[in-house]
Amino acid sequence: MIGIIDYGMGNLRSVYNTLTFLGFDSVVVADPALLADCSRVILPGVGAYAMAVDNLNRLGFFPALKQFAQSQKPLLGICLGMQMLSSTGSEPSPCEGLGLIEGEVVPMNVGVTTPLPHVGWNSFKLLHEHPLFEGVSKEVDVYFVHSYCFKPKNERDVLCTTEYDNIIFASGVARGSVVGLQFHPEKSQKSGMRILENFCNWDGLC
Amino acid sequence: MSLISIMPCLDMKNGRVVKGIHFTDLKEAGDPVEHAAFYEREGADELAMLDIAATLENRKTRLEWVRNVSAAIRIPLTVGGGIASLQDMEEVIAAGASKVSMNSAAVKDPELVRQAAAMFGSEKVTVAVDARRNPALPSGFELVVSGGTRPVGQDAVAWARQCQDLGAGVILPTSMDGDGTKAGYDLEFTRAISAAVSVPVVASGGAGTLEHFYDAVVQGGARILLAASVFHFRILAIRQVKEYLRQRGLSVRLEG
Repeated sequence: MIGIIDYGMGNLRSVYNTLTFLGFDSVVVADPALLADCSRVILPGVGAYAMAVDNLNRLGFFPALKQFAQSQKPLLGICLGMQMLSSTGSEPSPCEGLGLIEGEVVPMNVGVTTPLPHVGWNSFKLLHEHPLFEGVSKEVDVYFVHSYCFKPKNERDVLCTTEYDNIIFASGVARGSVVGLQFHPEKSQKSGMRILENFCNWDGLC
Repeated sequence: MSLISIMPCLDMKNGRVVKGIHFTDLKEAGDPVEHAAFYEREGADELAMLDIAATLENRKTRLEWVRNVSAAIRIPLTVGGGIASLQDMEEVIAAGASKVSMNSAAVKDPELVRQAAAMFGSEKVTVAVDARRNPALPSGFELVVSGGTRPVGQDAVAWARQCQDLGAGVILPTSMDGDGTKAGYDLEFTRAISAAVSVPVVASGGAGTLEHFYDAVVQGGARILLAASVFHFRILAIRQVKEYLRQRGLSVRLEG
């Protein structure tokens, strides 16, 4: 069973709808104890980092998600869910993340005339092959909505990068069975669906 | 830079599309799901749906179609029309809308924009700014509400700036002088807004030709191009517009 983590902030419906559309059963998980029954987990996210980790903590998801990641079962963070995989966040003030992929989440340092949040379709450059991107065209665009970005400590954790204005940021991170995507695959049409489908069929190995 | 997005807009009334695609291959003429799916297939980058008769009785119906449409498409959906409170926004977002657009309610209570941004994030909050020309105001554009029927006596460009400062993530300016005329976007107004704010600007109202779309980006400074009639009446196809923009050197989304 695929679990979609509900910590009271994310728009779970679009992720849930897309999985249903692809023919995968999923369950919305608001109780960390139920993670044990999940073969894979999606951590969606909308909103501010600090508030989201507070909610995750309050509901007891911190230890449960760390344990889940240790079990080598596939874990996918989307948007803020990806950012929360990091060690620390800064929105609106410094706070601790899940620490599954070392690094910090910082405001995007774009020029003053560049629109933020970075909203809209943009491309990505895949730095190395990954099962989630199998069959996904390299010449494809995906949908972004964010003002902060994840700076992984180790370059090898960066799965793909995207260029916006004068900066290049990690639009995907991966380590072992844990993957994070800054863009929204559930709103990125065919290519996004392919990525989600790949995730649902992935054994967590690279 | 992020890509230029094409955003067709569907007008809704009592759960039905009232100004929809004039097409015979749609099973049911007014079905919002059919229309939305059609535009997605055509290459739309985002979709807007505007509730033009948003009454209290209509609210329940609205949630139903937002739910159905968002379940059927894999592109972002902006819902506007009659959004009057945080509760309205919360419901529409929970039903699957990616962004919510406010208009009159924000003018009436600007604090609503701040609260919405704090609660749902700036990226969810679009403010539609309707205006008409009035040389008495500093920018030359006066803010109007109630579907363009009631002038407010306030500067529209200053208002857009204020909305951004309050937390709006997208500004959607529409000039009442140009809407529905297919004579082109009001470039002067679009430019005035995009020069005043740093958040993405949606060009809206008046698109009729391929050049209009191009001009909205190059002269108007818009990143998202909204159009209704020109797509409804099949004057242009979405893919044709994107192809044209690409040929003229603008970056548009490639479909995977």
